[in-house]
Amino acid sequence: MEFQHSHASHCESGVISSMIRHHGLPISEPMSFGLASALSFAYLPIVKINGLPLVAYRMPPKFIIKGLQKPLGLKMRFEKFHDPEAGERRLDQLLGEGRVVGLQTSVFWLPYMPEDLRFHFNAHNVLAYGRDPASGDYQLSDPVAEHVVTCAPADLKRARFAKGTLAPKGLLYYPLNQPQTPDWSKALPAALRKTARIMLDTPLPIIGVRGIRRLARAIERLDANNVQHSKMFIGQVVRMQEEIGTGGGGFRFIYASFLQEAAELLARPRLNELSENLVDIGDDWRDFALSAARMIRDREPVAPGKLADKLRAIAEREKAFFLDLRRAA
Amino acid sequence: MLESEVPQEGNSTLKGHRKAIYARGADGRIGIVPSAGWEVEEIVTMQAVDDLNRLAEDARQRIAAGLTSPLEYHMHRCRMDVLLLSQATGLWQWRIRRHFRPDRFARLAPALLVRYAEALGLSVEALKRVD
Repeated sequence: MEFQHSHASHCESGVISSMIRHHGLPISEPMSFGLASALSFAYLPIVKINGLPLVAYRMPPKFIIKGLQKPLGLKMRFEKFHDPEAGERRLDQLLGEGRVVGLQTSVFWLPYMPEDLRFHFNAHNVLAYGRDPASGDYQLSDPVAEHVVTCAPADLKRARFAKGTLAPKGLLYYPLNQPQTPDWSKALPAALRKTARIMLDTPLPIIGVRGIRRLARAIERLDANNVQHSKMFIGQVVRMQEEIGTGGGGFRFIYASFLQEAAELLARPRLNELSENLVDIGDDWRDFALSAARMIRDREPVAPGKLADKLRAIAEREKAFFLDLRRAA
Repeated sequence: MLESEVPQEGNSTLKGHRKAIYARGADGRIGIVPSAGWEVEEIVTMQAVDDLNRLAEDARQRIAAGLTSPLEYHMHRCRMDVLLLSQATGLWQWRIRRHFRPDRFARLAPALLVRYAEALGLSVEALKRVD
């Protein structure tokens, strides 16, 4: 079957939904995101990206791919490699068998990425579907790009074996069987409940709604005398929100789209109301990003307290939202 | 966000790429709308890029003053820090910092130069040079 590229908002949900569609089960990006309960929030002060803490608005890498196995009766195989040569050989072998293969890569070493977006971020996902017979370049479907791209073997190898935080170690993955249409009346409520549980009940104060509050506190405590550092810190939060694979506001919108699909499949209009609610929360996140960006550009004075208040308001709304979601599930 | 509110301001850092954004259409359904970019993203991306460029420029001036080696310059050019360079080369961070001393760097073993050059995606010649 000819591989079909589609533009997606987030790399991992984009790759896995393309892959599943390629294997015969029509599934949207929001459905794969929601069904895997990938929405989340985490503020990880000890994991550093460019010397600043990691802020994540979704579950960790591979969570979506792994989370879809159970509801879809899907068996995925994951392979990592010590030796880059072996990793390359294995990829060629799988492509030779006519498979499409998911790859974890660094963003920095992918030459087709716009220069200014190439940071050392290692949890990007792309899908390889063949090699150009003339040039030998890999044919890739990068879901965050509008069209398919190609990448020279040496560059792809470097991107797959980049070192550092979340190092991909050449990870590749592919399905071993045919995914099945799930029993929606069971799978969807379970997925909704799980997301509510992650956001409300995780016993760590850095995950879920409590994580948002923790981040608010960290922003509030930024050293007022070191404006440069404060700006870098809030800039990082916004970068993680808007740049790194679609981020906070974006993930809220994807999940809202998933809720609409779920409302239809379960014939539960209440989920449509919740979806609208979540779109509003996503807009609040964007409003937070806008304020932060204005402060970075000195269009308004740097006021960490004000940003912290916005985050607390978001935390409050998300808490109410996930309590409602739990009830609706 | 409504479909009509999806930012189309153009974001120079995207270099003409468009991002897929989920937004609510006129019929209330949420679907993908391609976005040409949002100024907020441009601001925070350029903030990070400018900061990295500043570090590289700073290193370049200190090389001219004989205070650091080209290694530090190329590390920043490659958007790395000492921690990441250490992970990419398998060398201790304190060793890398020592190689920032111009006299140490000048008599670095060829094998180490190769290791640095590979990690930074440069040739050994380019590693010794600062342009």
